[in-house]
Amino acid sequence: MDYMCAKRVSIVDSERCVGCQLCMFACTRRLGYGGLGLSAILVKSTGGIERGLTVIVCRACPSPPCQKVCPTGALTAREGGGVRLNPDKCIGCGHCRDACPFGAIFWNYELNKPIVCLYCGYCVNYCPYKILAFEEVGK
Amino acid sequence: MYGKVLHIDLSRKRSWVDDESELFINRIGGVGVGIKLLEEELPKGVDPLDPENVIVFTVGPLTGLYPMASKTIALFKSPLTGNLGESHAGGRSAIAIKSAGYEAIVVKGASETPIYVAVHGEKVFFRDASGLWGVGSSLTVGRVIREREPGAGIRSIMRIGVAGEKLVRYACVTTETYRHFGRLGLGAVFGSKKLKALVVSGAGVIQVKDVKLYRTLYDEIFNATTRTAIMRKYHDIGTSMNVSPLNEIGGLPTRNLKEAKFEGAEKISGDFLAENYLGRRVACSHCPVACIHLAALREPYEDEPYFYKTTMISYDYELIYALGSLLGISNTEGMLRLFHEVEVLGTDAISTGVLLAWMTEVFEKGLISETETAGLKPKWGDWKTYLKSMRFLVEQPTEFYRDLSMGVAYASNKYGGSDYALSFGGNEMPGYHTGPVAHIGFLTGARHSHLDSAGYSLDQKLLKEDRKPSVEEVVDYLLEEEAWRQILSSLVVCFFARGIYSPTLVVDALKSVGYEFSPTELAKLGLDILRDKNRFKLREGFRIGDLKPAKRIYETASPLGCIDDEFIGKAVNLFYARMGI
Ligand code: SF4
Ligand code: SF4
Ligand code: SF4
Repeated sequence: MDYMCAKRVSIVDSERCVGCQLCMFACTRRLGYGGLGLSAILVKSTGGIERGLTVIVCRACPSPPCQKVCPTGALTAREGGGVRLNPDKCIGCGHCRDACPFGAIFWNYELNKPIVCLYCGYCVNYCPYKILAFEEVGK
Repeated sequence: MYGKVLHIDLSRKRSWVDDESELFINRIGGVGVGIKLLEEELPKGVDPLDPENVIVFTVGPLTGLYPMASKTIALFKSPLTGNLGESHAGGRSAIAIKSAGYEAIVVKGASETPIYVAVHGEKVFFRDASGLWGVGSSLTVGRVIREREPGAGIRSIMRIGVAGEKLVRYACVTTETYRHFGRLGLGAVFGSKKLKALVVSGAGVIQVKDVKLYRTLYDEIFNATTRTAIMRKYHDIGTSMNVSPLNEIGGLPTRNLKEAKFEGAEKISGDFLAENYLGRRVACSHCPVACIHLAALREPYEDEPYFYKTTMISYDYELIYALGSLLGISNTEGMLRLFHEVEVLGTDAISTGVLLAWMTEVFEKGLISETETAGLKPKWGDWKTYLKSMRFLVEQPTEFYRDLSMGVAYASNKYGGSDYALSFGGNEMPGYHTGPVAHIGFLTGARHSHLDSAGYSLDQKLLKEDRKPSVEEVVDYLLEEEAWRQILSSLVVCFFARGIYSPTLVVDALKSVGYEFSPTELAKLGLDILRDKNRFKLREGFRIGDLKPAKRIYETASPLGCIDDEFIGKAVNLFYARMGI
């Protein structure tokens, strides 16, 4: 992929987020399911809804810590930032999840494998309050 | 599998799962299934605060799939009315139950010591809650459990405040800080079972029968909820936008409904709150509308200059009515503090307001004195005294407050003042004095709530058209509305989305998950569910002949003029005759 074209989901202003989780539902729906179980984006409160909300999604680090700790090479660095997962190589050790400082690697308990953002931007279309943007890494 | 029911027995600290898929296929889910489970599980005639009372939580086939299918239904025997207890709440409760892999959770028995139950997917944990019992603020309880349990962002924490522990018959269960199983006393049932909280989380996904239809329909509903005018009302100002129009037409119950127009309405109106206090907007999971409006109240510390605290307080039309106009309060910040206190204590705001209003009037008329009120002198508009009385309602320092904890119908039977005790079938009155239809709806609605059949909306239509309805028209309207709402609460869709979820859309949405229902079949099922609910009420001792509304509703003119008790009586009788009970 062309370096300049690598995109990611960025958080424009989480202060305005209402916690509707439509972004999370979109992420699982993109795979043909309802619910939230396969979502690579999480919206949770910062110590109770009364204190506001925070949105967690992979920020496509240029030098991803998750990839560095992967013992099998299942995670490879994507050109331009972020990672790609090859589930066949993944042994479910969970190191990547521990290494991400944002908690942006989620877990598929059924398969015992990480859930990693695909940088598809689908979720962005369903945020009613323009909290999310799909833009080039580094912007 | 669709139709998994988790049973939790608090006495034996055991849990198991039943397959009820057939029941769910025939009765959709939500209230349709819930009323059957309740009928089956609840021993006839049991005391609502006995361990044998049963709580049924249900979600439906659209939960987790479509926008605004965001509610959970709770069914139980009500300690307030002694018959059907039903309340609905959103937050993250519905998606959490579904993601944990269930369509229903049935709670029965009682623990000997305080506990809370945590359901994480297949695993059920019974955790000690002795330390949490008696904690003064339900907000603290939420905070503590949040720290201890996994599942941040995808869990629901349904908990009670001190009111539930003290068995106040109109105590509520709070979820995600600002949503409530408010009416009819679920909080007291939790309290009687020594159940401080129920935590639910899970990471399951939901299978869809027809993925293509699902995605198309999803976008259609999403666009309708976000890009059309249908949801505007709830979106912009929230339900509090009703304050001014209701006041203008003279349908806003004021000072215990001695009047229906409030001179101080401006300061408690939705516009005023939005302009001066609105601090944040919040949504239930899967709801793009975000109708939850939070006011930011900034208060100075009296003992320390330049120290302030800012509290986020949720407001809604019903709260403004019950703890605002009904108490003659026009001090915005005073009213907001009452809203916060009701949240801290965990009582239903409507019942609380109606009780305080009645208490003010019996005090005014000399039926009670400071001996009964433990030294308080309740007075219209005096929010500071109301703040103290709210605590007393829960702490019950005198026999009078113990009687108040039973509800306004009970208290007025003992102390007098029944003529202005605003109660319908044992449930305290919602905030609509719009005309006869609203009151007929409160009387005939299975929950005696404004949400059963929305009579106020026909009243407002009649006012615009400047005409009087016939008894038949009123009954047809209420019956049709309440029956259709049984379908919405079986799916389970938020009533605020009723303009979007038309019968044809519901048929399609059900199709996408493998259900075949025609609009006629849905209409029939709605009526069946309503009949079941009313049959359950009769089984538990409800008598149509006992439905006697307070004289006050006839004395204070409504926007449609003085309400005629004969008209009301005829409509009520015809309603139940039509229902065939
Ligand atoms: S998962 Fe975390 S560490 Fe890895 S690329 Fe994304 S943000 Fe960076
Ligand atoms: S960009 Fe795609 S994979 Fe990543 S969170 Fe959004 S929908 Fe999910
Ligand atoms: S869709 Fe937007 S507003 Fe809703 S939870 Fe996600 S980021 Fe927040």
